[in-house]
Amino acid sequence: MRRRLATDRYSYSHGQGTLPAAMKREALSHNDTRGGDTRGGADRRAASAAQAARAVPASRGSEACDLRRQTGLFAWGLPLAQAGGSFWLPDPASTTAHYTDYLFYAIFYISAFFFALIVVLMTVFLILYRRRDSRSKADKAPSHSTVLELFWTFVPVCIVIYIFAAGFIGYMEMRTAPPDAYEIRVTGQKWKWFFTYPTGYVDENLHVPIDRPVRLVMTSRDVIHSLFIPAFRLKMDLVPGRYTSTWFHAVRPGEYPLLCAEYCGDNHSSMLAEVVVHEPGRFEKWLEEASNFMKNLSPVEAGRILYQRQGCAQCHSLDGTRKVGPSFKNAYGEPVRFADGTTAVADENYLRESILVPDAKIVAGYPPQMPPYQGLLDEDKIAALIAFIKSLSDAHADEATPPADADEAPAPDASP
Amino acid sequence: MNDLTALAPHGVSAQSEQGHHPHPDYVAHHFDSAEQQFDAGKLGVWVFLVTEILFFSGLFCAYAVYRGNHPEVFVYAHHFLDKNLGALNTAVLIFSSLTMALAVRAAQLEQRRALIAFLLVTLLCAFVFLGVKYVEYRQKWEHGLLWAGRYHATGQESNHGPEAASADRGAAVAAGPRAGETTPAVPPELPPEATASEDAPRLVGVFFSIYFAMTGLHALHVIGGIGAVTWILARAVRGDFNRFYFGPVDYVGLYWHLVDLVWIFLFPLLYLIH
Amino acid sequence: MDHSSSAPVDYLHADRGIRSWIFTLDHKRIGVMYLVGIAASLVLGGLFALAIRTHLAIPALTHGTTPAASVPAVGEPAAVAAPEAAAVQADAAAGLAAEGQAPTAASTLQETPPRYLLTPRQYNRVFTLHGAIMIFLVIIPGIPAALGNFVLPLMLGAKDVAFPRLNLASFHLWVIGAVFFLAVLFTGGLDTGWTFYTPYSTTTDTRVVTAALGAFILGFSSIFTGINFIATVHMLRARGMSWFKMPLFVWSLYATAVIQVLATPVLGITLLLVAAERIFGLGIFDPKLGGDPVLFQHFFWFYSHPAVYIMILPGMGVVSESISTFSRKHIFGYRFIAFSSVAIALLGFLVWGHHMFTSGQSRLAGMIFSALTFSVSIPSAIKVFNWLATMYKGSISLQTPMCYALAFLFLFGIGGLTGLFLGALSTDVHLHDTYFVVAHFHYVMFGGTLVAFLGGLHYWWPKMTGKMFDETLGRLGALAIFLGLNLTFFPQFVLGSRGMPRRYFDYSLLLDRHPEFAGLNVLSTAGAFLTGLGFVIVVICLAHSLWRGRPAPANPWGAATLEWQTSSPPPKENFLRPPVLSESYDPYYLDDLEYDDKTGAYAGVPLGLA
Repeated sequence: MRRRLATDRYSYSHGQGTLPAAMKREALSHNDTRGGDTRGGADRRAASAAQAARAVPASRGSEACDLRRQTGLFAWGLPLAQAGGSFWLPDPASTTAHYTDYLFYAIFYISAFFFALIVVLMTVFLILYRRRDSRSKADKAPSHSTVLELFWTFVPVCIVIYIFAAGFIGYMEMRTAPPDAYEIRVTGQKWKWFFTYPTGYVDENLHVPIDRPVRLVMTSRDVIHSLFIPAFRLKMDLVPGRYTSTWFHAVRPGEYPLLCAEYCGDNHSSMLAEVVVHEPGRFEKWLEEASNFMKNLSPVEAGRILYQRQGCAQCHSLDGTRKVGPSFKNAYGEPVRFADGTTAVADENYLRESILVPDAKIVAGYPPQMPPYQGLLDEDKIAALIAFIKSLSDAHADEATPPADADEAPAPDASP
Repeated sequence: MNDLTALAPHGVSAQSEQGHHPHPDYVAHHFDSAEQQFDAGKLGVWVFLVTEILFFSGLFCAYAVYRGNHPEVFVYAHHFLDKNLGALNTAVLIFSSLTMALAVRAAQLEQRRALIAFLLVTLLCAFVFLGVKYVEYRQKWEHGLLWAGRYHATGQESNHGPEAASADRGAAVAAGPRAGETTPAVPPELPPEATASEDAPRLVGVFFSIYFAMTGLHALHVIGGIGAVTWILARAVRGDFNRFYFGPVDYVGLYWHLVDLVWIFLFPLLYLIH
Repeated sequence: MDHSSSAPVDYLHADRGIRSWIFTLDHKRIGVMYLVGIAASLVLGGLFALAIRTHLAIPALTHGTTPAASVPAVGEPAAVAAPEAAAVQADAAAGLAAEGQAPTAASTLQETPPRYLLTPRQYNRVFTLHGAIMIFLVIIPGIPAALGNFVLPLMLGAKDVAFPRLNLASFHLWVIGAVFFLAVLFTGGLDTGWTFYTPYSTTTDTRVVTAALGAFILGFSSIFTGINFIATVHMLRARGMSWFKMPLFVWSLYATAVIQVLATPVLGITLLLVAAERIFGLGIFDPKLGGDPVLFQHFFWFYSHPAVYIMILPGMGVVSESISTFSRKHIFGYRFIAFSSVAIALLGFLVWGHHMFTSGQSRLAGMIFSALTFSVSIPSAIKVFNWLATMYKGSISLQTPMCYALAFLFLFGIGGLTGLFLGALSTDVHLHDTYFVVAHFHYVMFGGTLVAFLGGLHYWWPKMTGKMFDETLGRLGALAIFLGLNLTFFPQFVLGSRGMPRRYFDYSLLLDRHPEFAGLNVLSTAGAFLTGLGFVIVVICLAHSLWRGRPAPANPWGAATLEWQTSSPPPKENFLRPPVLSESYDPYYLDDLEYDDKTGAYAGVPLGLA
């Protein structure tokens, strides 16, 4: 059962969910691939700036790089320095990010100027014109001045026209995908991302090539979600019942957080994924290997991957914990009681039916919340899932090799 | 529509004694004169009518959006509405607007009997309108022609349904891609719609959602109008109104004309336009 | 009502008994009742805010003390939370106890212990109710219905608003709406966010229908106030008061009323449709039934963006009054300020689409809405510069209402300028739905509206209660709120621009990548408690004035607007003789008023007032 449910108060979990595991893996690889991050301080920023300069395509690279140098001003002596990027913004990593960053800092300086102007005038007037004698009155001064007022109408008008134009230009770039973009389909569902590649392979993280732009065609299966990749300055809602699209072109290999920005319920804040930008030429190899996981892995291991990626993990625990649906722990081979009073033993046929047509038999005490997987999983995948569930049963575990306990690998403390 | 009662303060005789000007009973203490009170009330009612128009405008917008998204549904489904009953209701409402206007005139001329008579006719028309509406709703209910969540058209009504249904199918092209980046499409993951018979376009329920929302809200306003007219009638019987004080009749009349006007838009939009 | 003394009896003592309040038609009493209700709602919403901030400090404080992804122990939150937080926790737990009683929830409850102050479901309910209560119950009615109700007829020289019964009905509807929200709170909460976005709001199992009907009723309360104010301003101005002799607060209330009347009905029909969707399955917003969930956003923001100006315009009016009065100087550029209020009200209707730049609306729509959005910033800029010009060569006294007005200038400056980031298309794509937005609208709503509300409350407090408050305490409260507010919300700008989305129950999963989130969140929480302390000081200051305050003179600040030309508190009929204004009257000509050290009041009659 994949969907969120009223009673699932504590389905948010650090220990057993898919995301913490993903995060740990990511934390490991993060340290591996970008070891410079732990060094901290200015030299690390310089290193990543240099890295950025190498990776940014020549046409836009110098611009983005200049900007980074300017904005580095804002990283002075703050705890943020360890986090990368400038004071206000994280490291930019896409070809369009500089549109956002440039305008952000342009508005920032304009705002800072006007704000300082207001505060300074206020303070100066307070000091100069403070009422010292309670009976004193104001000096004579004009009560209006059309010229002056038109002046401070006209100046803001010019400034906002500039801001609007700059924002519009960047926006058009960000919304107009190049025609040769590589297309990946994105589906949002409480509280998980599905990225479908042209081979039909579905992954829980977004893997992309670095040498071509990527277009995302997105929809949602339930409520509105919003795909947010801060490093790419990218955000677009996923709306049920229609497709939205956006695009980006990454400039640096590495891993970047992908978040859901539109509030979508209990586990909104753990609806996270990784954007993995592969080195040139590596993406195709990865996709080929990943697409063939059913062939390359044992059924139990493949089943475990399917459990993570098809959304089973959202509602079925592996350790006996009650979530939205019954736990998979010791599910196989045990008698089950249904809502209509009948009972059955959870054998292969029962599990298969429960995956394909969940509402056929509802386990007593659980709401009928699970969407049918008819047409979404082929027989091989169902067999792999059943093998995986079997492996979780103490009595029947020997029928399948127990999987490696990947989830319990100790996570290194990434914070320095 | 109790708010209307509150719009027109009246009969604060106890307080009017304290004022500096001698106040007739029907002029509230904070007004200088009957004219000022009347003008204030009239302005208030007009502003209130503006809010009413905006209240309906949300639904008119929804109508426009869904007609744009699903033109074939609207062309197909409007044939299920009974034009004759709709026309009858239109006539009834327009006639009631006339009687309401005459009632206002009677109030201004201090013709109490005529006022009562015209208000009674107006009330009668309102009830006739609701009766016809009831007949229409009942037909829809029996045939399962309900809003989207409950829409379950039975096979029977596709006979009832227009001979035009087959002719219109030609026009019932799938909604093309919308402007901008978005295309209307149901993702393949969504369960297939369990809608009506084969010659009907998908999602016919959308039309009936709009139909019930708009006519339902309008009917609620008619019921509110009945309440307001009844209140005026009671005061007319009591003899509250005179040639200086007839504001409430005028205000309720304005409201009633608005209810009439909304229907005059609803009728062609829902029943007539192909 | 027989009183032997010849002195007029003030409105507070004109009638006795609870019924003389609940069913009063006196705009002053209705304003006071609104004030009490709004203050109670403010306390409730504020406690929710403290619960949110306490909750959000915990991931930062427990991260690093335990291995990155392990579960903080149950005891830890209590250990790190301040004593006040414990009280808040108890409060929140009590308020949300009902939620745990959903049929099958009880069994899960014991199995997994809470790790933070709140569970995800509680957190979502708390932030939703914080938003809904603060928006619908506090800041929308705050200045117009409480202060405006009291002051508007006085400022116009009228005896009452045009429709006293409608005014009372408006208050009663407010109470009913508040009861609906309390019902939501005690019967399972609401977890949609105050925005009720579909399809989340049509599929969640919380009390959406109750809340939507509550907001619908509150909407009509607001409409009635608007109708009343429009008619009052048109019909009941004192003899000789032309449109350009009206105080600027009245102008701002008039502009507000126009928005209330034009925008609120759209919210009403939208919420009715959401309720019908849930009750009947109407399907207007349900994509599975051919509906369009984004249409909801258009409807919702068609109201809710103008609603932002319902909130801020009256605040600007209060600031216009205070700055002129406490600078002892004519307001600079009266007509520009007056017209800018009206311009904001009208332009505010054309910009709702800027909430939806990332919703998939077309690029053309994005462009138009962005351009229109910037047009709204111009009138606001005009006002700010005109206020500064008013202070130029003034005789500035830093009394409490002026402290709030200057705090408003500072905070609204930040709030308004950060709006530029959100109105520009490319930056908004990055900042939309992050804490940057949260910080921005809190600077505007709290730093703008609520600070102006507090300023107005202190400004008219002597008129309303007939008591002077203690200046030291008043300024101290203003200072604490000012500092606390900046400490709370400034870090949130950085949080947001660095990529922390709003409405996040937990950000500990992001801390490996963004260690800076920890410190910023702790700062923000500390600021929230400082702000809370500021409110406690304000309450003490005002309560103290009721007990011990010296009687207020008619005109303690030296203003020339009409409400200061009657006694404090005013008699039931407002003025002993209806004021008549001559051609020379000017509400901002202050030179004819002389301060009297002995009485601590201003004596003299403004020029042109008979």
